[in-house]
Amino acid sequence: MESKRASFEGSLEALGVSVSSTPESELEAAVTEAVTEPAVGIGLDETVGDEAFSLAETPVTVDPTPVGLREATTGVTGAELGVGDYGSLVLTMTEQASELVSLFVERHVAILHEEDIQPDMDAAVAELDERFTETNGSAIIATGPSATADMGALVKGAHGPKEVHVIIVEEAA
Amino acid sequence: MATADEIRELMRTEGAAIAENTQGFNAGRYDSVGDLEDYEDLKRAARSIKEDAIAELPELLDQLTETVEANGGTVYIADDAADANEYIREVADERAADRVVKSKSMTSEEIEVNEALEADGVDVVETDLGEWVLQVADEAPSHIVAPAIHKSRESIATLFNERFDPDEPLETAEELTHFAREKLGEQITDAEVGITGANFIAADTGTMALVTSEGNARKTVAATDTHVAVAGVEKVIPTVADLHPFIELIGRSGTGQDITSYVSLLTPPVDTPVVDFTDDETPLSEFDSERDFHLVLIDNGRLEMRDDEQLRETLYCIRCSACSNSCANFQSVGGHAFGGETYSGGIATGWEAGIEGLDVAEEFNDLCTGCTRCVNACPVGIDIPWINTVVRDRINRDKDTPGEWLVDGLTPDEEDDGAPLQKRFFGNFETVAKLGSATAPVSNWLADTTLARQTMSRVLGIDPRRDLPTFERETLVDWAAARDSQVDDPERRAVLYPDLYTNHVQVERGKAAVKVLESLGVDVVVPPAPSSGRAPFSQGMVATATDHAERVTEALAPHIQDGRDVVVIEPSDHAMFTREYERLIDESAFADIAANSYEVFEYVFGLLDNGAAVDSLSTVEGAEIAYHSHCQQRTLGLEAHTVAVLEECGYDVVTSDVECCGMAGSFGYKSDYYELSMDVGDRLRTQLRDDGVQDRPVVASGTSCLEQIDALLERQPSHPIELLAT
Ligand code: SF4
Repeated sequence: MESKRASFEGSLEALGVSVSSTPESELEAAVTEAVTEPAVGIGLDETVGDEAFSLAETPVTVDPTPVGLREATTGVTGAELGVGDYGSLVLTMTEQASELVSLFVERHVAILHEEDIQPDMDAAVAELDERFTETNGSAIIATGPSATADMGALVKGAHGPKEVHVIIVEEAA
Repeated sequence: MATADEIRELMRTEGAAIAENTQGFNAGRYDSVGDLEDYEDLKRAARSIKEDAIAELPELLDQLTETVEANGGTVYIADDAADANEYIREVADERAADRVVKSKSMTSEEIEVNEALEADGVDVVETDLGEWVLQVADEAPSHIVAPAIHKSRESIATLFNERFDPDEPLETAEELTHFAREKLGEQITDAEVGITGANFIAADTGTMALVTSEGNARKTVAATDTHVAVAGVEKVIPTVADLHPFIELIGRSGTGQDITSYVSLLTPPVDTPVVDFTDDETPLSEFDSERDFHLVLIDNGRLEMRDDEQLRETLYCIRCSACSNSCANFQSVGGHAFGGETYSGGIATGWEAGIEGLDVAEEFNDLCTGCTRCVNACPVGIDIPWINTVVRDRINRDKDTPGEWLVDGLTPDEEDDGAPLQKRFFGNFETVAKLGSATAPVSNWLADTTLARQTMSRVLGIDPRRDLPTFERETLVDWAAARDSQVDDPERRAVLYPDLYTNHVQVERGKAAVKVLESLGVDVVVPPAPSSGRAPFSQGMVATATDHAERVTEALAPHIQDGRDVVVIEPSDHAMFTREYERLIDESAFADIAANSYEVFEYVFGLLDNGAAVDSLSTVEGAEIAYHSHCQQRTLGLEAHTVAVLEECGYDVVTSDVECCGMAGSFGYKSDYYELSMDVGDRLRTQLRDDGVQDRPVVASGTSCLEQIDALLERQPSHPIELLAT
């Protein structure tokens, strides 16, 4: 059987979403490479594992002002889950405004831990069901860039990002 | 009722864009669900979740109210549109809102909340790009998922350039989208209240699902501090886990995308801080996230629909639009002809009948020809044609029918408060056919005179451009009665059902069927039998159809008991026996006839599969042929049998894949629909004239299809069974 990760990457490719991967130790470099400046982001400690990951060594402005957000090209946030068969990302809504940072930009860079890739939508929804029952949470299942066909042809970047890039943080060997 | 003129005008102005888009969505659906291994399981799961949810609706509403309130939101259950609007106006007023931004929702269209808010001086802005185009153009949606589907890129460019006078005239889809994004972006970040719909709401956690591609719903919620979600009460499902099949099915069924870009699962009020987008000092995380949430659930006739045995299924609808896209007539005229006040397409009759009333549903109900192509397309398995039939029946009964001289005597007593004249004529075509055969060839000659054609046109609305069937003097039943069975030691025994057309008009295909079956070792009888009731059924004359169904099952029962299989040539009659009769007769009578009936090629396929020798049929070596299956036959999954048998007999077969020939039953005879019928037929004509197909002889299974193809092409089509007879 195809591994979850391979299936996830294949699905992302089909959506036109680019992917890179990195060990956790080199995440800063990977983020730096993935962003187009000006870039904003939010503290990833809540969404990427226990250890707070600092964007300090990257060109990303952490916790920007609203005007900073609107002027930014790239927004960096964590993703809670990946869905293998669809290439979807599950994005959470946080008090740090990760929802705004992933949406009001042209390019969204999502950081996802490899172990958070679910094989399929069924598993992802079951996981969310469990979490929602505990926490009454909210989440966005985001699949590829924002798009519309309302103007006579498919155009990316209708209201949300035009480009999505996923950084997979590999499990330590 | 949409008149011929209106239909013609819509075909001219909106037809091309509608056709291109709906056919694209429809093809996308076939591709996308084709990749889905457990498609049928998901559909069954989706259906059963909706069935249970509607059954338990009052309890679920109570539970949902509790959870939403525990989460810090408010629930308001509105009786009708006015009630809902009053509540929403109060919310906007309390928030002192100057601007409300709104993401696309059919329910909010239904209550016309924009008008209500605008009357209070509130600026309401649609944020879905298609919906915004319509707001700018001051037009109504023509499709439930893609509201501006009828507008071409050029017409949107003209509209924007005239209206906004941009520095550089806008031209490409890219430019138009970018322009709209910028314009709307400013208005969204400036608004106080955001209105959304809700595709599903889970009662256990109060989580609602919003399905969008653009991200406008996300912005509408995130950028405002007051969120009003408007949804019909039928949107409630028990748990978040129940969302799974819908997430997999909704995009695929509608636009053919595997999934739309965003499925927002919101349990409001959400944690996202409410920011001032002009602030250049304060970091995002320092804004607080105080948010107000109002869930407005609308009854507006739905709870009554729930109590209505026939309309209840409408409430299972998830508004995916598959029924519209798969509908051949919708593909030609779109939702401005095929819809009521709010909803459009196949299921719109159910919605409009329940929400607005029969009179609104009547305006477009006739456009459903009962072809059933939407039935398999619907992810929750709603029998949409049946809902249309029921509503048509109710409309018929609602009307005073004058005792017109022409069809008096054709209408059986059961349909006492029956249908209009034209419907009764087609609904009782059996009587016409009997008379026709008995008096042929005089009847054929008479029907063809100018005077007769004019009379029929004036009194019955039968289009004079359409050829009428030619009746044979010797019926199939007479022919069969006058000859002996050719099989001494039968492998199987069958009764060939002499449908109305085979018996009176297409007698040759009946004879061919008898000969083919006999060559394969089947002993065949062709007893007289009533017509199936398809004709009255499609005119909404349910009582008459039921009467036919009962008489047919009575006539066939002794043969079935005697161990004979029922073989049916006409696919629409076979569909009656195996599908529609379930609605008309009691369970055991239905089970009997459904289990023992076979479409003729399905039967031949079975015989060959069980060892009958193909050599006893007329075979060829690689002769090329084009085959058009019948819509009801395709819905029942029976197209493949004909193709397989023809191939086994040596044919090289090309099949048409347009949804429909455009002439379901009597539809193409009616003056109001003649041009629409030909427009739909044009798609079939194009396929049959394609390179590599244009020289192939054409065979088709259905009577209507044969007549339509006959009108469309130079080549005269025949029934495939005629190829097999030696
Ligand atoms: S009736 Fe079925 S196919 Fe039509 S919109 Fe509703 S769910 Fe979709």
